[in-house]
Amino acid sequence: MRTIFGILARTAAALVLSLAVATGAMATDPLTINGAGATFPYPLYSKWFYDYSNANPDVRFNYQSIGSGGGIKQITAGTVDFGATDAPMTEEGMKKLPGAILHIPTAIGAVVVVYNLDTVESGLKFTPDVLAGIYLGKITRWNDPMIAELNKTMTLPNVDIVVAHRSDGSGTTDIFTNYLTTVNTEWRAKVGRGPSVNWPMGIGGKGNEGVAGVVKQTPGAIGYVELAYAKQNRMMVASLRNKEGKFIAPTLEATSAAAAGVAKSMPADFRVSLVDAPGNDAYPIAGLTWILVYKDQKDEARGKAMVRFLKWAIRDGQKMEAALDYAGLPKTVVEKVDNALKQISFKGKPLY
Amino acid sequence: MARKTGGNIKDLLFERTTGAFAFLVLFLAVLLFAVLLRESIPALRKFGAAFLVTGTWDPVLEKFGALPFIYGTLVSSFLAILIAVPLSVGAAIFINEFAPPWMKTPVSFLAELLAAIPSVIYGLWGIFVLVPVLRDVFMKPVTKYLGWVPLFKGPVYGPSMLAAGVLLSIMIVPFILSVSREVLATVPQRQKEAVLSLGGTRWEMLRIVIGQHCLPGIFGATILGLGRALGETMAVTMVIGNRPEALLSLFQPGYSMAAVIANEFTEAVGDVYLSSLVLIGLILFAMTFAVNLAAKWILSKMVARASRGI
Amino acid sequence: MKALFCLGAILVILPLFLILFDLLIKGGKELKLTLLIDLPHPVGEPGGGIANGIAGTFVVTLLTMLWSVPTAVLCGIYLAEYGKGKFASAVRFAADTMTGVPSIIMGIFGYILLVLPMKRFSAWAGAAALSMIFIPVVVRTTEEMLRTVPTTVREAALALGIARWKATLRITVRTVWPGILTGILLAMARILGETAPLLFTALGNQFWQTRLDQPMAAVPLQVFTYAISPYEDWHDKAWAGALVLITMVLLINIAARVLTREKR
Repeated sequence: MRTIFGILARTAAALVLSLAVATGAMATDPLTINGAGATFPYPLYSKWFYDYSNANPDVRFNYQSIGSGGGIKQITAGTVDFGATDAPMTEEGMKKLPGAILHIPTAIGAVVVVYNLDTVESGLKFTPDVLAGIYLGKITRWNDPMIAELNKTMTLPNVDIVVAHRSDGSGTTDIFTNYLTTVNTEWRAKVGRGPSVNWPMGIGGKGNEGVAGVVKQTPGAIGYVELAYAKQNRMMVASLRNKEGKFIAPTLEATSAAAAGVAKSMPADFRVSLVDAPGNDAYPIAGLTWILVYKDQKDEARGKAMVRFLKWAIRDGQKMEAALDYAGLPKTVVEKVDNALKQISFKGKPLY
Repeated sequence: MARKTGGNIKDLLFERTTGAFAFLVLFLAVLLFAVLLRESIPALRKFGAAFLVTGTWDPVLEKFGALPFIYGTLVSSFLAILIAVPLSVGAAIFINEFAPPWMKTPVSFLAELLAAIPSVIYGLWGIFVLVPVLRDVFMKPVTKYLGWVPLFKGPVYGPSMLAAGVLLSIMIVPFILSVSREVLATVPQRQKEAVLSLGGTRWEMLRIVIGQHCLPGIFGATILGLGRALGETMAVTMVIGNRPEALLSLFQPGYSMAAVIANEFTEAVGDVYLSSLVLIGLILFAMTFAVNLAAKWILSKMVARASRGI
Repeated sequence: MKALFCLGAILVILPLFLILFDLLIKGGKELKLTLLIDLPHPVGEPGGGIANGIAGTFVVTLLTMLWSVPTAVLCGIYLAEYGKGKFASAVRFAADTMTGVPSIIMGIFGYILLVLPMKRFSAWAGAAALSMIFIPVVVRTTEEMLRTVPTTVREAALALGIARWKATLRITVRTVWPGILTGILLAMARILGETAPLLFTALGNQFWQTRLDQPMAAVPLQVFTYAISPYEDWHDKAWAGALVLITMVLLINIAARVLTREKR
């Protein structure tokens, strides 16, 4: 072991050997399907993929929650096998795609307003104008008269409102800003709707996880997250006034009520908004979330595995949703989705 | 003779082979620059030089400007320098001049450990330890009494330009410390003794000798630290607050060039968005390049002066 | 006056102890065997571990070093032994420049050059980004080490009739080999802890992964994801992951120092 060559050669051999062993299992490795996108359904998807992979050891779904914007971007660039988003793709967005894409709805969730105040309980009431006022920076303190008059039973502290929003491109933001645009003219004029907007103020968190984290860590903070995040982290949630004038707390039932009407008006491509839904018990900020898959799959094995999973997701997968406070797809919608899955093919051969 | 000829060919082969790898390194550097440049072109074409001074960052309208990020990077880095340099130089003077000799090795070792801690771990500590402490012990009281000063205006979130600056200062201390120590060590013993023998106090000796001799070197160390601070990504992302706006108050959230790339790169839909992010990367590359070049030039001058025995 | 400088020294070292203390206490709390051998659990479900991250970190680091070590060392040899002309100056300048480039930019490099054309996030892309950090550093340390060998040694070898290439390898390089190895180990410790270049190259993975052309998990990525999340359970895991990471980094650093000391 005297020469430098000797040392270099042995080191190199060791490295190559360890890598060979590591990659030697390539032949027997389960098929990996990569997806990325929305953080909104991540609590549900991470449970789905974990259980599904355990039950089907020949395939693994690796999902990275990087935000709906990321999901759309990466499926457009083709670096993932499927994308996930709660902001439906726009017409111009779809024009940039190399092929036709399907929006497969998987679940219905609710965007809830969470806050962090020591001296107040859960269930603070907000009207659309108050919520818009906070996010526009016009209402800056928790004991502002506009908030106080809606919540006469609570003592609100004289503390600054710390506004939190998403720093990344987010379907949750799209749903939330869609709501504010629908119910408040000033918001519509000044900010508008989208996965990424020019926020008038506030601090940015990355992903639903990031916003929940910021609100949890910062006294006096307010933010918007998907219901599962609020529940899992035992955060205080606000009740919002819906279209009919009732203050509704975000619950599974309220979300399902918002989704009830959607079955009739579901368009063929499933890109529909559930914001400010009619109905006495409907929660005003509900939304669908979709998985994006190309109609024309590039890889037969992956395409088949994808279709098999989606078939499972819209039937068996739905059973897991209630436990995580996501509302399942209505029966008629499931049938329509099932039909849509038949459009997925490989070189013309249907993979259903 | 035969052996020599055989040796010559092998020698040539050796030279050419190692040279090929050297060329590869050069090629990689050029490739890096080329890739950054090529991907920035769409944004350059759309926005031109105005990109540097535009304050809007609107993915919906596809209007982008780098101003808030350049501002955030510069402010957080300068804040870091402001805190780190006096502390590092003071510590260097203490270790070199006042501390007992047995202390020198352990202290250098500890400073190197600080340099070895990965950025994400600094960020982790920043989120859960530094930010809450800064918020409750410093920012909240200061806003209460001095909130009218634009630098300290509330509301206090926690994640802020100040938090980023303080965390960065901790991270660049090891670099400034080690270079300062090297610079201080180049002072000839004779000069120090001369001042002392003329009746100067220890403090006067330090002031005169160091002031005369070491300032350029310490300046070089500062610029080196600045270069590191400019490019820091993870730790800053985790404590700066992610707000794309150039705000005056140190207690407000901000954004940095490296942080916006880290947060938004994977989701930049559309060519202009991605290109704008790469252009920000190019600007960052240019900044760190210029700063590091300046640092090296100053430090090499320092070394030259020392070797000439000035 | 002395007191002020002493205070400076204390303030400078203090954060190190605070951070290490926190890592040990908060990280140690969650440091169970399951953390080291289990895969991550679904969001919100307690338990699970970062085993795939530890494996992924090793794989990506070793992959990086596989081509980076020979490239950097051989380049360093060239610069030290033949490096007098314009070409050598250009190479030196290039390496120096690259050492100062923020690591996130290497991530952009990896994404554009490998992820997009391959249409896949992968360990390859992660290693490509990391090698752009590793190579320039080791080029410089190798060259510096070789330059410490006095010219007399080289001349003596040549005078004895030893071919130049042999003299370089068997004598010059061998003399400072521990120093070169130190440089390699320090660079390895550095890329072990890098997060930014992996964010959009290796991306991350929830499962075990042995294929190099697929996304791969890594401990720094997991620490980042868990740290910015709201789940207490994940925060604990972030600290534990950070403890694992810093242990790996420190062990390699200490090994590197021991090597240099042994030489003396």
